[in-house]
Amino acid sequence: MGQTAVEKILAAHAGKKSVEPGEFIMAKVDLAMANDVTAPVSIKVLKNTGIKKLWNKDRIAIVLSHFVPAKDVLSAAQAAVSREFCRENNITLFFEEGKGIEHSLLPELGLVVPGDVVIGADSHSCTYGAMGLFSTGVGSTDLAAVMATGECWLKVPESMKFNFRGKPGKWVTGKDLILYAIGKIGVDGALYRNMEFTGEAIRALSVEARLTISNMAIEAGGKCGFIEADEVTETYLQYRAKRPYTIYKSDPDAKYVKTYDWDVSGMEPQVAKPSLPDKLAGVSEVAGVKVDRAFLGSCTNGRIEDLRIAAQLLKGHKVAKSVRFTVIPANYTVYNQALKEGLIEIFMEAEAVVAAPTCGPCLGGYMGVLAAGEVCISSSNRNFPGRMGHRNSLVYLANPAVVTASAITGCITHPDEIAGKAAPAAAA
Amino acid sequence: MRSRAKQLPRQRHKDKHMIKGTAHKFGDNVDTDQIIPAQYLVTTDAIELGKHCMELADENFPKKAKAGDVIVAGTNFGCGSSREHAPLAIKGMGLSLVIAKSFARIFFRNSINIGLPILECSEAAEQIKSGDQLEVDLSKGLIRNLTQGKTYQAQAFPPFMQQIVDAGGLMPYVKKRLAAKS
Repeated sequence: MGQTAVEKILAAHAGKKSVEPGEFIMAKVDLAMANDVTAPVSIKVLKNTGIKKLWNKDRIAIVLSHFVPAKDVLSAAQAAVSREFCRENNITLFFEEGKGIEHSLLPELGLVVPGDVVIGADSHSCTYGAMGLFSTGVGSTDLAAVMATGECWLKVPESMKFNFRGKPGKWVTGKDLILYAIGKIGVDGALYRNMEFTGEAIRALSVEARLTISNMAIEAGGKCGFIEADEVTETYLQYRAKRPYTIYKSDPDAKYVKTYDWDVSGMEPQVAKPSLPDKLAGVSEVAGVKVDRAFLGSCTNGRIEDLRIAAQLLKGHKVAKSVRFTVIPANYTVYNQALKEGLIEIFMEAEAVVAAPTCGPCLGGYMGVLAAGEVCISSSNRNFPGRMGHRNSLVYLANPAVVTASAITGCITHPDEIAGKAAPAAAA
Repeated sequence: MRSRAKQLPRQRHKDKHMIKGTAHKFGDNVDTDQIIPAQYLVTTDAIELGKHCMELADENFPKKAKAGDVIVAGTNFGCGSSREHAPLAIKGMGLSLVIAKSFARIFFRNSINIGLPILECSEAAEQIKSGDQLEVDLSKGLIRNLTQGKTYQAQAFPPFMQQIVDAGGLMPYVKKRLAAKS
């Protein structure tokens, strides 16, 4: 009986030849991660349990990302807890405020590699699966246990296969494919399961766009979002990978509890309507909905490729008077690269607000929280009631091109409409 | 509110497996932002978090729910963020149990790990109404609806998870493992 790549990775980390879905294993972890919100709870748990010795100071990453630079006195004190802990324990992978959001930072720096088991105290830790590894999100007590032992108990997940065929329309990227999948199967359609994404439309994507897909596996309840590593992944890793890696592939006769096969030829950009990520619509179905705020950033779509698409559309335009447009590069290398390429200048000239890397508004933290009745179009991953602010605010999720086009017109807009109007030089 | 919350670490009943409380009903896909909005994630204190428990789903919930009460919800309860602050807030408010048709994966783990009782039971989640009086035997997964005079049987935990529950949560279990190794 064949195995999925995820089953092979889990077996290898549990010291077994093979594993079966439903089996409980104790897996050796390659990297453990927590952020400024989740780490303090883990630290408290370790302290209360009387555990002083950590498993491996070089394999625990603590990333300050959610409420830094501190939004208030309490978050400043909270960030200090992580800082102090990392100093006391000589944690090598400590990332200060401004370094970026963990899920953009760790792949960017080559700290997660194919074949790994990565456990993160953040639900979007499933992001890294896009690079051919098993990664999943857990809570702080689970992470405390990993920090103490280097192991994590896992139930081997059943696998679902998502095959994307064809060449989607212009402006369509990873975000649209994952919104489509979530819309089709629902927010608990992959509950507890491994989502394996495959097919020519996936292979045609950059690693960055693939990371967007795996990032949102959790939005369908998925345990992980796996994409087999290929030459695109290896090129991405060439100057990044900090450790040697192993590429695992699913066997042709591997068992999937469900296989979806979708032809996405000519697909238009997709949008998730308020207030769940599975409220799927084509952008043309919601075109014209008035927005008060547009947000480009987050661990889903705050990478350099996302900023390039936005800048390409925005060049020569201004943000609509009725809209506040916030652009937040997801990490410091993205920010720096955007500066070098002149993208930040384009954002500033269009009168967008560019902020330092942070999760910020995605979870209603700060840097653009919504008031009652306000509507936001966002490149982030969640649009639950009140996610970005007041309980009576609304969030539409979309790709960076749709977010930017909407920021220019003040209502949800197909990027084609803006690209058609752009000056010839900008459209090139 | 503080005085009520202070009762929390102690069960009101002598038998820690027995729960008695009023049901508060919620729908499907209650996410962790609704259980505890992100703006309050600046503390790790359960009692402090409990003051805002379920606030986005029902503004008045922190005022009207009493210690020992039970949350009853539909599918995918606790979806979204991995914040352990969500089950902590429920515990911090002094609530005794969550019954749902299904739980999101991370919320499920977190609850087991920190010792917040949870039960999966579609029939109970379907039939129980807000205000119903419930009596629950956690050791058997038996839910009695005293108001409607009905009894429901919840799903048992897999044996591996039951070990963690029996150990009193994940960390006592981990301590045992570490001690066995050294």
